Amino acid sequence: MTAVLGKDLIGLERLSPDQIRLILDTAEPFKEVSERLIKKVPALRGKTIVNLFFEASTRTRISFEFAEKRLSADTVNVATTGSAVQKGETLVDTAKNLEAMRIDMVVIRHASSGAAQFLGDRIRSNVVNAGDGKHEHPTQALLDLLTIRDKLGRIEGVKVCLVGDILHSRVARSNIWGLTKLGAQVAVCGPHSLMPRGIEELGVTVLRRVEEAIEWADVLNVLRLQLERMEAGFIPSLREYYRVFGVTVERLAKAPRALTVMHPGPMNRGVEIDSRVADGPHSVILDQVTNGVAVRMAVLYLLAGGKPELADAAKGPAVGGTD
Amino acid sequence: MSRPERTTILDARALSRALQHMAVAVLELAHGTDDLVLIGIQRRGVELAERIARLIEKEKGVLVPRGALDITLYRDDLQTVGPKPVIGETRLPGDLTGKHAVIVDDVLYTGRTVRAALDELADFGRPKRISLCVLVDRGGRELPIQADVVGKTVKTGPGDVVEVQVAELDGRDQVDVVRGSRQ
Repeated sequence: MTAVLGKDLIGLERLSPDQIRLILDTAEPFKEVSERLIKKVPALRGKTIVNLFFEASTRTRISFEFAEKRLSADTVNVATTGSAVQKGETLVDTAKNLEAMRIDMVVIRHASSGAAQFLGDRIRSNVVNAGDGKHEHPTQALLDLLTIRDKLGRIEGVKVCLVGDILHSRVARSNIWGLTKLGAQVAVCGPHSLMPRGIEELGVTVLRRVEEAIEWADVLNVLRLQLERMEAGFIPSLREYYRVFGVTVERLAKAPRALTVMHPGPMNRGVEIDSRVADGPHSVILDQVTNGVAVRMAVLYLLAGGKPELADAAKGPAVGGTD
Repeated sequence: MSRPERTTILDARALSRALQHMAVAVLELAHGTDDLVLIGIQRRGVELAERIARLIEKEKGVLVPRGALDITLYRDDLQTVGPKPVIGETRLPGDLTGKHAVIVDDVLYTGRTVRAALDELADFGRPKRISLCVLVDRGGRELPIQADVVGKTVKTGPGDVVEVQVAELDGRDQVDVVRGSRQ
């Protein structure tokens, strides 16, 4: 059996529609594991996973850690503060040192686009990208896809609009790849200053006004507006942003059809999203969080068994097909 | 090298008779239906457990609880054969503590599936007893595991494949042994 996903998960750009579907289908049974009294299966027993976070993250790191523990892997968290990274050690040196301790997988979050790929090319362990700069955040997009599929029963043909800071968003990028590969219609909506030039080439429609997005979409994926964007002059003020692009109850009331609202978190209530929307009937924001653990379990599980050299070594007497 | 040779060891009628005999044996083993829970192993074990439950219902008027178990995540060969891409549903009818759980599967061979099923069941409670009921025992055990109820015993070698078909999934009831189909 060949590796189903390859050695690393760097981004959705490189995955085929079938590979993406495989991850989503594999995530389904993992949801049930988290509902058990004993929330643990032995699939990754004896595997060591390092969570290497060079950027602050609460939700993603905890979600990965739950996924790892529920698969019985041993985990170590390396945060950049107080580690050798602060003393100037390079990314590769850090990883090579970890690998010398015989780890099996690295989950990496880094501020530089391409960091996960760079690492994956240089170490033998599996690498999972947990967000690299403005490049990709594949597990976030996968959990968004799973949530859309749960809620609407399909992805193909669904109209999804990403709202907010498209320019700096790795979540937007991964979502665009995943959604278009699975046949969704994708639009983006946000301030002109936060819209990358030539984004249409990725097969998405640009909508100028959030009212248009609400009229068009089945799903709104509202992105976090990073507060430092205001300081950098991309938007005039947070209040102005909310006035023009905020997803509010009043605006949603004009939607011609039932609309699902998603947000990757952490939310700025009263900036990109109205509190009443975040906690209201349209929101599936907490379902996204629940699905995040299942999707990450699926990714880790599929990568762990997929080492081609091991698969080759195993081509001996097979264990019974029906046994 | 010779071509694979297929022999039918159970046709639809014989399979039906075997299941009837298994249902009676399960009832005897469990002393009735009071604490009995049938747990099928994905996928064909689930269908067989359902059939046995219906036969018991006909006999006793009680439909005993059924469960389904996918043992993929408890396998000991993820490292060597890689992940099985599609994992089936695991669904158990409540806490198993104090119950007599009967594991139902289509073929008993190495015993590794049953070992995994025992591990998995232990994470769902503490049954007072666990028994094993299989349609076909083909020998070739690699672990000290035996079935309590067997529909049909057949001698096979490592190159043989036992193919179980059930109407619900395959359109017909039949069990074949294919000799020498695997090196």
